[in-house]
Amino acid sequence: MYPRQFEYVAAGSIEEAVGVLAANPGAKVMSGGMSLIPMMKLRLLSPETVVDIGRVSGLDAIEDKGDYISVGALVRHGAVATSAVIGEHATALGQAASWTGDPQVRNRGTLCGALAHADLAADTPAAALALGMTMVAQGPNGTREIAASDFFVDSLMSALSPDEILVEARIPKRGGGSAYDKLGRRGGHSDYAVAGVASWVAMSDGVVTDCAIGITGVGTKPTLAVGAMEALRGQGPDGIAAAADRALEGITVLEDLYGSEAYKAHLAKVYTRRSLEQAVAAAS
Amino acid sequence: MTITMSQVGGIVRRKEDPALIQGRGVYVDDIKLNGELTVAFVRSPFARARIRSVDTSAALAIPGVRAVYTIDDVRSLGPLLAQIPIGKLRPLLADGVVNHVGEAVAMVVAQDRYQAEDAAEAVLVEYDQLPASVGLKFSATDEVKIHDDLESNILHTWVSHDWWPGVFELEDYRPAIAAAKERDDVVIVSQEMVNQRLIPVAIEPRAVLADWSHGYDRVTLYTSSQIPHAVSGAIAKTFGLPVNAVHVIAPEVGGGFGCKLNVYPDEILVCFASHQLEAPVRWTETRREAGYSTIHGRGWIGTATITGTKDGEILGYELDAMADMGAYSQNLTVAIPVLGLYAASGQYNIPVEWTVKCVTTNTQTTDAYRGAGRPEAAYYLERAIDMYAAEIGMHPGDVRKKNYFKKEDFPATTPIGLTMDSGDYITTLDKLLIDADYAGLKEMQAQARSEGRYIGVGLSSYVEVCGFGPSILAEFGFGWDGYGLPTSFSGSGLVRINPDGSATVFIGTGPSGQGHETTWAQIVSDRLGIGMERIRVAHGDTSDAPYGIGTFGSRSAAVDGTATYEAAEKVRSKAADLVAHMLEASAEDIRFADGGAHVVGAPGHTVTWAEIAEVAYKPHKGPEGIEAGLEAHAMFSPGNATWPFGSNIAVVEVDVETGNVDILRYVAMDDCGNVINPMIVDGQLHGGIAQGIGQALFEEAVYDPDGNLLSTSLVDYPLPTATDLPMFELDRTVTLTDVNPLGVKGIGEAGTVGSAQTIVNAVVDALAPLGVKHIDMPLRPKKVWQAIQDAQEA
Amino acid sequence: MKVSMTVNGRLVNGDVEPRTLLVHFIREELALTGTHIGCETSYCGACTVHVDGEATKSCTMLAVQAEGASITTIEGMAMGDELHPVQEGFWERHGLQCGYCTPGMIMSGAALIAANPSPTEDEIRHGIEGNLCRCTGYHNIVKSIEYAAAKARGETPPPADWEEAVV
Repeated sequence: MYPRQFEYVAAGSIEEAVGVLAANPGAKVMSGGMSLIPMMKLRLLSPETVVDIGRVSGLDAIEDKGDYISVGALVRHGAVATSAVIGEHATALGQAASWTGDPQVRNRGTLCGALAHADLAADTPAAALALGMTMVAQGPNGTREIAASDFFVDSLMSALSPDEILVEARIPKRGGGSAYDKLGRRGGHSDYAVAGVASWVAMSDGVVTDCAIGITGVGTKPTLAVGAMEALRGQGPDGIAAAADRALEGITVLEDLYGSEAYKAHLAKVYTRRSLEQAVAAAS
Repeated sequence: MTITMSQVGGIVRRKEDPALIQGRGVYVDDIKLNGELTVAFVRSPFARARIRSVDTSAALAIPGVRAVYTIDDVRSLGPLLAQIPIGKLRPLLADGVVNHVGEAVAMVVAQDRYQAEDAAEAVLVEYDQLPASVGLKFSATDEVKIHDDLESNILHTWVSHDWWPGVFELEDYRPAIAAAKERDDVVIVSQEMVNQRLIPVAIEPRAVLADWSHGYDRVTLYTSSQIPHAVSGAIAKTFGLPVNAVHVIAPEVGGGFGCKLNVYPDEILVCFASHQLEAPVRWTETRREAGYSTIHGRGWIGTATITGTKDGEILGYELDAMADMGAYSQNLTVAIPVLGLYAASGQYNIPVEWTVKCVTTNTQTTDAYRGAGRPEAAYYLERAIDMYAAEIGMHPGDVRKKNYFKKEDFPATTPIGLTMDSGDYITTLDKLLIDADYAGLKEMQAQARSEGRYIGVGLSSYVEVCGFGPSILAEFGFGWDGYGLPTSFSGSGLVRINPDGSATVFIGTGPSGQGHETTWAQIVSDRLGIGMERIRVAHGDTSDAPYGIGTFGSRSAAVDGTATYEAAEKVRSKAADLVAHMLEASAEDIRFADGGAHVVGAPGHTVTWAEIAEVAYKPHKGPEGIEAGLEAHAMFSPGNATWPFGSNIAVVEVDVETGNVDILRYVAMDDCGNVINPMIVDGQLHGGIAQGIGQALFEEAVYDPDGNLLSTSLVDYPLPTATDLPMFELDRTVTLTDVNPLGVKGIGEAGTVGSAQTIVNAVVDALAPLGVKHIDMPLRPKKVWQAIQDAQEA
Repeated sequence: MKVSMTVNGRLVNGDVEPRTLLVHFIREELALTGTHIGCETSYCGACTVHVDGEATKSCTMLAVQAEGASITTIEGMAMGDELHPVQEGFWERHGLQCGYCTPGMIMSGAALIAANPSPTEDEIRHGIEGNLCRCTGYHNIVKSIEYAAAKARGETPPPADWEEAVV
């Protein structure tokens, strides 16, 4: 309940924030604080410096950039969940954001913050994978782009280096349909995902021409279900079940209070199927 | 006698609410005293270890730190007091060994909370880890004996036919049940079931603030407690003071549910520190440490067996169980199974044999959590009856009715020798079956099954045993003798008419949301005709309240409410003499209503309560020789407990692919006798049912084999939220009791006693076509899914 | 660090450690103790206040993050003697028992009906999903917010359960 002492810097710009990070190894970036502050209160994490980017202007917009949608570093889950342009072009992300936390958490927690936190049971990373999102990281040497598929490295570990900040997430507008479905810890869609699967599919003449499937909650990190993706390409909707059976390829399933390995493996397949069915329906 | 009242039975908005809805209610942590210091505890990371050393030097060097205390400073105060001192009593701080994770080893006192936490981290404790004994079955083997000075980890065994030797001569049903099992027309169903350990989680964590006055040689303790008088007794006994030197105040209490029905080490320790440091000292529990510093509840494993005929006659019910006491025995720890035993036979006139072993383990202490033994009893019995009904293919309602005590059986004697006051079980069940449309639900279930959907309808019945209690039970341990107060659980109420004609009602309860200020004002308003707005109900402050037992066990309305009713009657009687004198009429012709009194038949001929009060406080204006003043105190010691009852139906849908359970409907038919405020009674049921559903679906205090508590935060101890629960459909029957003149029985725990097994019965009913016969709580999706897999394999 | 913010319409200043949580600043520096603390993991919602109009868990925000913000706590909800409709709803529909979760629950309910004046039962339940109550089973809290929403729309609130049952 009572964090250890730390230095607090309210950055006026990303450049300033990056400078503080570079000068203070172990410093942590805070946007909404929904993940960082509870960990600090439990003294599970005690950075010596916290760099608050919450006051940096110009980072709170969702913008349609033509061939992609830009989500700024300070865009809240609530704004993602209710955005019309995301609802239209990135349904899975809107759903994942709407089932993240609770209303108060969605009012302060940011999409980019959650992605950078890389919790293995968070919802939006699954959508980021399925939608082929691109992360824009800014560091001392300027910005670089990181594909979602390269971004989630391990539990609570992203591809960001310690002196980089995730300043923007980009969602490519590539047509098709997407959906996210999950089983939450209290059942239904509530709370962290015991298993959550986001799917994106592009269809032509009743056949899946391309697809991507992101799975969260089940393994050591949010992961692309490459086996299922491979199995579904070129198939019609009747190929979904067979594809879902390959959902676990490349995933190390973790047991926890909410599920055994066998159960979580089973759920990954079930929700792969369910989210694919919804995505195919949306794409058709 | 039964009464009908204008206010009683009416709808009255709560008097408590204006402050609370504006954020102006005062809880312990809202009180700030000049110069106060704050406490943080150093807690054990091990379930069992020897303490080699405690180094406080680094902590003491932190600015703002005033003291660090260990057992060496407080050993002379003795262990924590308990009512039934079976087992190892808890030392105020760990004494040489720790026996559960989170046990307090040292206490840091600092100027602010952040400093105190920093300093607690800086206390260096060296431990030699010892093997721990966790898990009932393991601990019962004594392979790792926890306490050197006890013979066994099995502290005590409660046996139903010999539960209170020397007081009850009871039939040993074992030979009869054994004989029944030999018959060839019987079926026997038997199932081992877990009634899992729970963490109470009152949303207000416990908080204490002590202010020891050396000038007045008196200590004031603010504490979030259900039992302020009992706390004063325990502190007085601990420090060797008369109880009048200990002033305990329980202001607003943010939920209790039994977990604030204990005197805790911190309540003693902040008094000690305040005495030592000559400053007020506070401690406010964090949610995470609540898992270590506040009692847990339940934690049973047992095998229930029913022997009965194929046409539904139950010939014997047996329960062979173990209950987890945790590492140390506190207030009522070892007595909790006895409260279950009281309800062992439920609504049924059947032979019962119960054995419950109380087993100590290297975990946090267990004690009373809402229902306290009775939910466990109802769970085993009602799950077993459902399994029996399913086995013989009989309607679960018909099986129950066939074995119920019938209306004409009352007062009825239970197999353990207790007398149940009143009941009309068949009427209540029939009304429930109609209200819920049970037959229609079963049709809907059949239709859904044909569509591949799994809907279940669960039914169960319960009795609650409450309104504690009869004075004789103090001889068993249900009194506060252990806290230095030789008492029974009598009720207490004092009604004072103030000189301005307003009334103040002082009561001995310790409410934590039950609406006593409103309900008690209704009782007094009805008796005296004083408007609700002119009545103030005071509680929770031992310096102005009459001696009171506190609030627990659904006892307050039936016992303290009755005492207040009787105090109001005394005031009314004296006031009638005053008014008779004022209006030159006969006392028996005086009626009280509308803020004053009048002569019967002459409603225009009135005096106000202000005028009555003036005469009372100026006795020269009253009848010759009358004593000045107008107030009365009454205590009420009931001759028996009360026995509310009811039946519940739940309708659930299970996603068999994921194991996810949705509650579609929850219908409850309860009978708690007379109802003083139906709004409040329904509210008690809503919350009680929600806690039972929480146990059925979500909640579990999980220890790993090393004794680490894995579910201390709300992240890993999920409580039901608004999205998890349906609207509750409530209705009631009213069967009066003659145990008290109000005819009320009690309702605080009924919802919890009746609900968990209703949900489990519904889920098992849903999955019957898949061969599932039982699933242990909590029915998290993973367990439901696993049960389906196991049934399919079998 | 120096902080200043507007709380219930009043400009306030403070000098805090960076680690001071907003809830502690509100409760201990400003003595506004209606905002409660029930957990440390941002689950219970007892600490909910409005920050620039949005329901926020003040235990999961640093006081320094609130620099310049406009904050409303439960103490700022009533206009003089006139209760906020959600406060009135909780009184009229028995939406509270022990009262500890109530301030946070009211703040969430008020934010909900400000954004959605005619919420369904399901929307109300999701709107208070971030607030835990151990006493009421949420039944009467949902009814309280339904009452408040109707009142705020200028309509007659739906009747109480018990009025229907008792008459």
